[in-house]
Amino acid sequence: MDIDVAFFQNDLLPALNRGLWVSLALIIPASTIGFVCGIILGCARTFGSRFVKKLGDAFTALVRGVPLAIQLLFIYYALPKLGIYFEPYGAALTAFIICTSAYQSEYVRGALLSIRRGQILAAKALGFTPMKTILFIIIPQAARRALPGCGNEIIYLIKYSSLAYLVTCMELMGEGKVVASDTFRFMEVFLVVGLYYLAMVTLATLLLNAIERKSHIPGFRAR
Amino acid sequence: MTAKQPVLEVHNIGLTVGSKTILEDCSLTLCPGELKVLIGPSGAGKSTFLQCINFLQMPDTGHIILEGKTIDQKNKAALCTYRTKVGMIFQDFKLFDHLNALDNVAIALRKVRGMTKNAAKERALQELARVNLSEQTTLYPAQLSGGQKQRVAFARALAMDPIILLLDEPTSALDPELVGEVLTVIRDLASHGMTMIMATHQMDFIRSISTEIIFMEKGRIVEQGAPESLLNDAVQSRTKQFYQSLSSL
Repeated sequence: MDIDVAFFQNDLLPALNRGLWVSLALIIPASTIGFVCGIILGCARTFGSRFVKKLGDAFTALVRGVPLAIQLLFIYYALPKLGIYFEPYGAALTAFIICTSAYQSEYVRGALLSIRRGQILAAKALGFTPMKTILFIIIPQAARRALPGCGNEIIYLIKYSSLAYLVTCMELMGEGKVVASDTFRFMEVFLVVGLYYLAMVTLATLLLNAIERKSHIPGFRAR
Repeated sequence: MTAKQPVLEVHNIGLTVGSKTILEDCSLTLCPGELKVLIGPSGAGKSTFLQCINFLQMPDTGHIILEGKTIDQKNKAALCTYRTKVGMIFQDFKLFDHLNALDNVAIALRKVRGMTKNAAKERALQELARVNLSEQTTLYPAQLSGGQKQRVAFARALAMDPIILLLDEPTSALDPELVGEVLTVIRDLASHGMTMIMATHQMDFIRSISTEIIFMEKGRIVEQGAPESLLNDAVQSRTKQFYQSLSSL
């Protein structure tokens, strides 16, 4: 099979590059906002009152229990019936933030629970209030323990961002699919789209590894 | 010696968990500069008693008076203030795992006492120098020996300028050759007039340094008195029996 350079240069790559920007515009805010929401939700589910815990658990159970595709389609196609309208981009971003924060909260919760009781006792004995103990003693330790899991979730997010095409948000996958349908060059298109995702994931992995190295504390992970 | 005003009065502390009585009617009075020692078989309630004195465990009954003021157990802010004045040293150090020696000492100065970063650092360096750890300020807990960790814990507690220090078996988790360096710190504190209550099994140390021995058994204070009166050859006290059983090991 000869490589049709003109097809790549004129059709495929410009479309995919356009889609890449949309993908990044989904992934970057969804992962950062989702991570912060995940920490808040994880803290609420670990340290909150009984009611807050139940509420957080129910939210997580619902979000984790329903396929993301259904959530996306529901937000974009069903919510308008209730008078709530979203642009394709807004619908996708909202769905991703909700989904990723639920998963992140689970990693955060696990990390928070792994902090030894003695650390809390020591802070208490020094006159730390519960809020200050959480902020300055528990979260800095838990964040380091949660990092591998949270990084994993960000990698997932990069890939499930491709579902945005379901609500006509023209990101990488959506652009690729249009080119493929127009030209019937499925092989080239999906190979290249796959390579784009692989490149993004590789970059994210390197970045996450660097963060993990930078925040490493001697002996901390050994326990 | 003239009669001193007590700095801490602990009255009738009791604690029940489920149907089990952990502490019953435990009282003590502490005057400035005194070092009272809690001894007794394991499970006697020494650690729990110390934790109740610092309200790390909430006692069911009893009350505590610090410098003439009764502590309101329901007032959370008052409890936090109280704990800054009553320092605690734990058997297993409980250093903050994510902070180096310097920050372990400085963090409470900054976040609890509201000192600036530089002022807290300066104070922390002073405290670490006092326990002979000027060389180890940038090391993390995992890089320190047990004795060094416990000395960081002392620096951390002392930096808060406590009126009283509670010590829960501060040398029990240490290798024998490291016990000495921690006892040196305690002896130094005692000679500078620090008021302390210490649970320990270091009997020779008790005899040489304590002002009073409190013997606990099954959650109660069984005997209480100056070491010379309880350990005197002529008396036959429960404390002496226990002392001899430890010494014969």
